[in-house]
Amino acid sequence: MAAAFIISAIVAALATLRVITASRAVHALLYLVVSLLAVAVVFYTLGAPFAAALEALVYAGAIMVLFIFVVMMMNLGEPAARRERQWMAPRTWAGPAVLALALLAELLALLWRATGPASGGEVGPGAVGALLFGPYLLAVELASLLLLAALVTAHHLGRSAGKEPDR
Amino acid sequence: MGVLAALIPVLPLLGFLMLFLAGARLGARGIAVVGVGSVGIAAGMALGLTAWFLASPVPVEVSAWTWMTVDGFAPRIGFRLDALSLIMVLVVTVIGVLIHLYSAEFMAGDEGYARYFASMNLFVAAMLVLVLAADLLLLYLGWEGVGLCSYLLIGFWYRDPANGRAARKAFIVTRIGDTAFAIGLLLLFTHLDTTDIQALMGRAQGQWPAGAPLAVAAAALLLGGAIGKSAQLPLQTWLPDAMAGPTPVSALIHAATMVTAGIYLIARTHALFDLAPAVRDAVGAIGAATLVLAAFSALSQTDLKRILAYSTISQIGYMVLALGVGAWASAIFHLMTHAFFKALLFLAAGVVIQRLHEEHDIFRMGGLRQRLPLVFWAFLIGASSLAALPLVTAGFYSKDLILWRAWSAGPFGRALWAAGILGTFLTGLYIFRAVFVVFLGPVRTPPRGGIGPAVAVPLVVLSVLALIGGFVETPDFFGGVPALTDFLAPVFPGPPPPGDPGGEAAASIFAALVALAGVFAAYVAYCRRPAMVATILRHPAAEAMRRCWAAGWGFDWLYDRLLVRPLVATARAGRADVIDAGFDALAAFCRQSHAMLSRWQTGQVRWYAAWIGAGTILTVAISVLA
Amino acid sequence: MTAVPPEAAVLLACLLFTLGLAGVLARRNLVFILMALEIMLNAAGLVFVAAGARWGQADGQVLFIVVLTLAAAEVAVGLALVLRIHRQAATLDADAASRLRG
Repeated sequence: MAAAFIISAIVAALATLRVITASRAVHALLYLVVSLLAVAVVFYTLGAPFAAALEALVYAGAIMVLFIFVVMMMNLGEPAARRERQWMAPRTWAGPAVLALALLAELLALLWRATGPASGGEVGPGAVGALLFGPYLLAVELASLLLLAALVTAHHLGRSAGKEPDR
Repeated sequence: MGVLAALIPVLPLLGFLMLFLAGARLGARGIAVVGVGSVGIAAGMALGLTAWFLASPVPVEVSAWTWMTVDGFAPRIGFRLDALSLIMVLVVTVIGVLIHLYSAEFMAGDEGYARYFASMNLFVAAMLVLVLAADLLLLYLGWEGVGLCSYLLIGFWYRDPANGRAARKAFIVTRIGDTAFAIGLLLLFTHLDTTDIQALMGRAQGQWPAGAPLAVAAAALLLGGAIGKSAQLPLQTWLPDAMAGPTPVSALIHAATMVTAGIYLIARTHALFDLAPAVRDAVGAIGAATLVLAAFSALSQTDLKRILAYSTISQIGYMVLALGVGAWASAIFHLMTHAFFKALLFLAAGVVIQRLHEEHDIFRMGGLRQRLPLVFWAFLIGASSLAALPLVTAGFYSKDLILWRAWSAGPFGRALWAAGILGTFLTGLYIFRAVFVVFLGPVRTPPRGGIGPAVAVPLVVLSVLALIGGFVETPDFFGGVPALTDFLAPVFPGPPPPGDPGGEAAASIFAALVALAGVFAAYVAYCRRPAMVATILRHPAAEAMRRCWAAGWGFDWLYDRLLVRPLVATARAGRADVIDAGFDALAAFCRQSHAMLSRWQTGQVRWYAAWIGAGTILTVAISVLA
Repeated sequence: MTAVPPEAAVLLACLLFTLGLAGVLARRNLVFILMALEIMLNAAGLVFVAAGARWGQADGQVLFIVVLTLAAAEVAVGLALVLRIHRQAATLDADAASRLRG
């Protein structure tokens, strides 16, 4: 299990690094899918098979498909990739890198202090479902409302996009 | 009959209203009839009232109505006719009507004819309110009223900015005194709970011992008002400039009546000054200093009207001096005779100036004795009376009485007497300098035109008054008729001055000799040996002194440096809104901050995200370091 | 089974989160920014799951589901907006869409 965790963690980190440095959107998306699947493995190794399944299905499946559709619709070709490379000058990375590293350092410092036994064991879908439709019912309802709102918004934005000019 | 007293001020007021509202439609003749007539009827009523009052000399009070009632403060529109106010009413109305009559011809053809008479009538009304008021607040109303009319008439020919400046100067300088008066009035009211003059004096005497600080303060404040109005040191600078107005105005307002309001005020509130010996001594000192300084200034003027203006300051100095030694009646006596002869001098000077095409410089006049005989005689009589030539002139009796009363008022009085004697010499010198230069010698500017009856009559009447006006009060060694003193005795109670006929006669003879010496000196310097003056003036020190005197001892210069320029500089500085600069800086700071912060607002999502990230880092850093 | 220490998972989550943050800040293309946002959300979800594993509770996974929902909604609206911007402004440059600058 530990070996699986380490391998998938390294894969996730490297894939993610490629996501944010790729110059082609499709490549980035594929790396992102890899990263998400690797995280799904991590979930599994953490004893959360339900979360791992959702990660693979919803994230790597549904959400990424959305991305792919959009990238396809925009038909980004070689010129876009060139522009991406042009935009990604080392100078551009300096500020974000500093910020990100600072944050990472802080988070690690916080993590360093954390102590406690690594207990755990597997938490199966049953437990999750019992909790989800028990104490967290309200959160579920709110999530459904959120999704509905997102649906309406996406529909509205997508529909009126071509019809009425902004001004 | 006493009700007439309240009606007297109403008539000129009606005249003013008619002229003010309908002046344009009346025509020159109608204007003159209304303007002169209203004051004329008032003068007639005043004469009738005098006859009635002489028959039964009891003070009369007429209350028209209560002005206002505010928690115990109830000043009334009330008039009080007693010996003092009667004399003042007579002076104001009689001289007023003569000058109005003179003006009818003198001002003929002026485009502001109606405005002139309206202002003059308003002035007479205000002056009558001033002298008849039974309430100090009503007196103050008249006081401000005459100040307003003085302002209006000095700036009568308003097209010349210099006249407007002179008017403003007069108004502002007298305002300093008026403010002191107003504060004094409020001080009296707050401590004595009334503004009725008689009650006020009674309570002051009842509540305050002699030398009480409050009495001193109140008397000093009233004195401030008096010296402002009466052009005494140190507020005398406005009067010479006030000559910018028409000459009859100078005669009525700035010689005969308004400028003596200060004398009237002190005489009216003399009980208060009796309680403040220090202030009374100050009064005497101010009078003495003023009369000498102004006499020197008069000596060095070349403008005929300014000579008379400084002479007025000097003569009022005599009256103030008399008040300073407690010789109230003598002050009023001199006020009366001065009104006669100074009005006469101004009216005569007005004719001279007008006949010589508005020429003011006496050294461009000359030889007018044959050309304008009536004016010459009138001016000569006025000058003689002013110089106090003995026995035949009114000025002699009044001035002599003042000098004698000063002499007999102790060591301090002797000092005042010495100043008065010096002034007597200078008076003879400066006024006969004018007489000799203007009327004798060669003709330098030929006069034009003649004199109509409306000008001649006032000159003749005033000449007669300037000669015989003094016989109402003659010294013991010459008739001994103390008619005026007796008449005023109910107003100014007190022990009669110690009789010393021998001493009085000696003092009189001495004063007369001094006056004659002054006249003789003028004769020598300006008739016999005109070169002598030029020789003296060739000396630089003498020339410097002459210049200093001619500039009124540099008071204008001093005030300009001391008050006007700092004030103007402050105003200039204030124009930049120093205080506002602070608020402007605040606004500018806000604008700058806004500009800075809005540059922060780049519209770039990544920029915002970076700041959110930075904020997160900072927040986490706090929990890391905590 | 050999338990994976949750700290390690959190360590991975931190790494992923900062990588996502760097992506959001560095990339100018809106699609890439959205992808980087997904990474950050996913990292947050990972922390929840790790925490749930740490205590042996299901709450972590419940909250992961909430995060998942949130991500789905965000992506739906975000991509719609991206499409719209692409059509109207003919660019995906986030810096070009700065009409709201002060």
